[in-house]
Amino acid sequence: MTVAFGDQYSRWRVDREKVPAACGLTGFICEDGERVPGDAVIESMRVMHDRGNGLGGGFAGYGIYPEHADLYAVHIMFEGKEGKAACEDTLEESLEIAAGEEIPTAGGTPIADPPLLWRYFALPRKEKLSESGLDEQDFMVRLVMDINIRVPGAFVFSCGKNMGVFKAVGFAEDVGEFFRLPEYLGHTWIGHARFPTNTPGWWGGAHPFSILDWAVVHNGEISSYGINKRYLEMFGYECTLLTDTEVVAYLFDLLVRKHRLPLEVACKVLAAPFWKDIDAVGDPGEKELLESLRIVYGSALMNGPFAVIVGYSRGMMGLNDRIKLRPLVAARKDEVLYVSSEESAIRQICPRPDRVWAPNAGQPVIGRLRGDA
Amino acid sequence: MAGDMLTSEFLVNVDHERCRRCKRCILNCGFGVFDFQSMTTAESSKCVACHRCVVFCPEEAITVTRNPLAFKDHSSWDVNRRKAIWKQAQAPGMILTGMGNDLPWLNVFDHLLIDACQVTNPSIDPLREPMELRTYLGRKPDSLEVVGEDGAHRLETRVAGNIRLEVPLVFSGMSYGSVSLNTHRALAIAAEKLGTVMNTGEGGLHKELYPYRDHIIVQCASGRFGVHPEYLQSGVAVEIKVGQGAKPGIGGHLPGEKICQEVSSTRMIPRGTDALSPAPHHDIYSIEDLRQLIYALKEATGYKPVSVKIATVHNVAAIASGIARAGADIIYLDGFKGGTGASPAVVRDHVGIPLEIALAVVDSQLRSEGIRNRVSIIAAGGIRSSADAAKAIALGADAVGIGTAALIALGCRLCQKCYTGNCSWGIATQKPELSGRLDPDWGAERLVNLVNSWSLELKEVLGALGVNAVESLRGNRERLRSLGLDEQTTRILDVKPAGR
Repeated sequence: MTVAFGDQYSRWRVDREKVPAACGLTGFICEDGERVPGDAVIESMRVMHDRGNGLGGGFAGYGIYPEHADLYAVHIMFEGKEGKAACEDTLEESLEIAAGEEIPTAGGTPIADPPLLWRYFALPRKEKLSESGLDEQDFMVRLVMDINIRVPGAFVFSCGKNMGVFKAVGFAEDVGEFFRLPEYLGHTWIGHARFPTNTPGWWGGAHPFSILDWAVVHNGEISSYGINKRYLEMFGYECTLLTDTEVVAYLFDLLVRKHRLPLEVACKVLAAPFWKDIDAVGDPGEKELLESLRIVYGSALMNGPFAVIVGYSRGMMGLNDRIKLRPLVAARKDEVLYVSSEESAIRQICPRPDRVWAPNAGQPVIGRLRGDA
Repeated sequence: MAGDMLTSEFLVNVDHERCRRCKRCILNCGFGVFDFQSMTTAESSKCVACHRCVVFCPEEAITVTRNPLAFKDHSSWDVNRRKAIWKQAQAPGMILTGMGNDLPWLNVFDHLLIDACQVTNPSIDPLREPMELRTYLGRKPDSLEVVGEDGAHRLETRVAGNIRLEVPLVFSGMSYGSVSLNTHRALAIAAEKLGTVMNTGEGGLHKELYPYRDHIIVQCASGRFGVHPEYLQSGVAVEIKVGQGAKPGIGGHLPGEKICQEVSSTRMIPRGTDALSPAPHHDIYSIEDLRQLIYALKEATGYKPVSVKIATVHNVAAIASGIARAGADIIYLDGFKGGTGASPAVVRDHVGIPLEIALAVVDSQLRSEGIRNRVSIIAAGGIRSSADAAKAIALGADAVGIGTAALIALGCRLCQKCYTGNCSWGIATQKPELSGRLDPDWGAERLVNLVNSWSLELKEVLGALGVNAVESLRGNRERLRSLGLDEQTTRILDVKPAGR
């Protein structure tokens, strides 16, 4: 029995219960593509120590695996050697694995009882891919969901290209040190401290939640979770993690990757403008767009308090719910865009930003890598 | 009286010390209870407890009580069963009744509890924040195509044929013929004021109400009463009525007594004839036939949405899936507690399944097939309050239909005698001296008040749930818990038991 895969975990697997949590979050993107070590995101999170309660912390870094940039970086936690053996059989069956190794961790941190932490750099086997009739990304999504639901003792927590999620039970800054983030270089970093309200933490339950190259950190509780989850299930997503944050990652994947909605438009779905504001829009094309989004995607509206930071391969976005019930602050300094729960967390790593502002409810703040970056 | 062995259900007493002999009771009673021979007399055996006399007596001189006559107790042979046998032994025939199922079946709504926010997420105050109930009924595409970058986005997909409702509440189908023209008028006026729709039921639409076409769903039932091209164009949608919750599997029963001249010309049938619509549509013997009628109606109306109304029967989920695949835009589920103007009691009381269960399995079935977007679901037949409406929406309904509740708002006392045509409240009658009692504007105001009250209550529920748009409650069964239901039913409803 370990903390990571204790009774709580087993019960979740069976009952699919949802667990409310609150949190602190931070993120930044160097739009010119400059890659910086993970120290900064750890320091930013350290200021918000009290926003977590030591039951979950985590990070995602983008641009961190340039040597394997074209391969899926699959991060997995295993419950002992048996879980690993069973899972590796499944992986070998579906993936051409170029490299597999234990994720390096540091001793001497307060992080206790870690599961086995491994990462694999891989691509789908060609024959398996064509057999499946899916495109490569859908194949990966299906594989990850299969493992997370059906392979006992194995949990994939990251599967994007040239990015990785690192998370654990503990305070965020300790989690960052544990995973030796200062040794990685990334152009985008996001971090999270978790304050779960009713459970001992579970390693897989920490943020970020990730699918493909989407990584989401989230502060809030999505009161519409029940319908968001059922809506996603219609499109083949299986919510395995029992937290509302997971649906945020899947909704972005559905709307932006599969339905090809521009990111700003997807935000109008997730934090939909009010009818009174849509009714007042003068431009008929804009009005019809907003009206149609609400008619068609009503079940994807994320209702309830939230602030999220979403990382993806070429950008980062911060977004508040439609009436801004959770804090979110943004700042800019030269080529770097910062988003965080607290201004102090930004100023900790960027003492004199050019501009600091509080994004309006439902208005996304988006940073993108420049075309040449 | 003595010949049929029946005893009065109610006793009517006139307090002669209070009575001023104004004879209002005689005028008001549609059932001929009262007479006047030097003083007001009452024939209790005719009383149906509709309270019209009681409400209109200026001296409060009239009391109606249940007949306390004792019957020997017998738990199998309750009094109503004995009375039914006496009636049928006296004169052969089915026992006819009106309104919804009155047997004490389990009411699932009363075993579902709604969630609220505490601490971890804030509730929202509907007095201070926007709270949205706007609802669109009709087929939606699975996705939208949007092109363009950086603020200049253009929609490439047109979302056509949706009915916009300002509230997720519609008036259920009640035919002109079963109800009075004034009742139809009140419903149409109210629907327009509320930004919702009324439904004609199967008796056509009186020409006078054509101007309300933006707030009317016209019905096409097996009798095709009043169906002609102009009628089909006189609504926002056409509804094919396959079944009715109060009488699944059988047709309509409008007794000739209620076919007056206006009903006759609206329905296009001879005056005074019984209007018995066939049990099935004789052009729908299978699902592929339904598809043909759906598309025939779409062709006839320039592709307005088509709704298909069915009674909730055992295999309702598969039937609904077939209806969705046959091209319907709306499925109207009418639960086994749904009302009627006339139905054999045996069918009303014993055929069909509860709306709540049907709704849950239909919504789940359509989701499991990935076709939930193709149709909207209206849930009706047993919606008694805003709480029922909220629970139905959480189970998966896009909107709920209210019929009986609307009639109660107009004064209906649920006496269940609609089929006699004697309605003292002017609702379910065609006798001009009775139907004239219902002022359409007064009635419309009461309907508007009712729906606005329920809307306020729905907003309060949404706010407590921490959401500010009805689409976040729709199908959100995570916010429901069951209490006192057996495990199997809870599982079928796909809700968790209270405490989990």
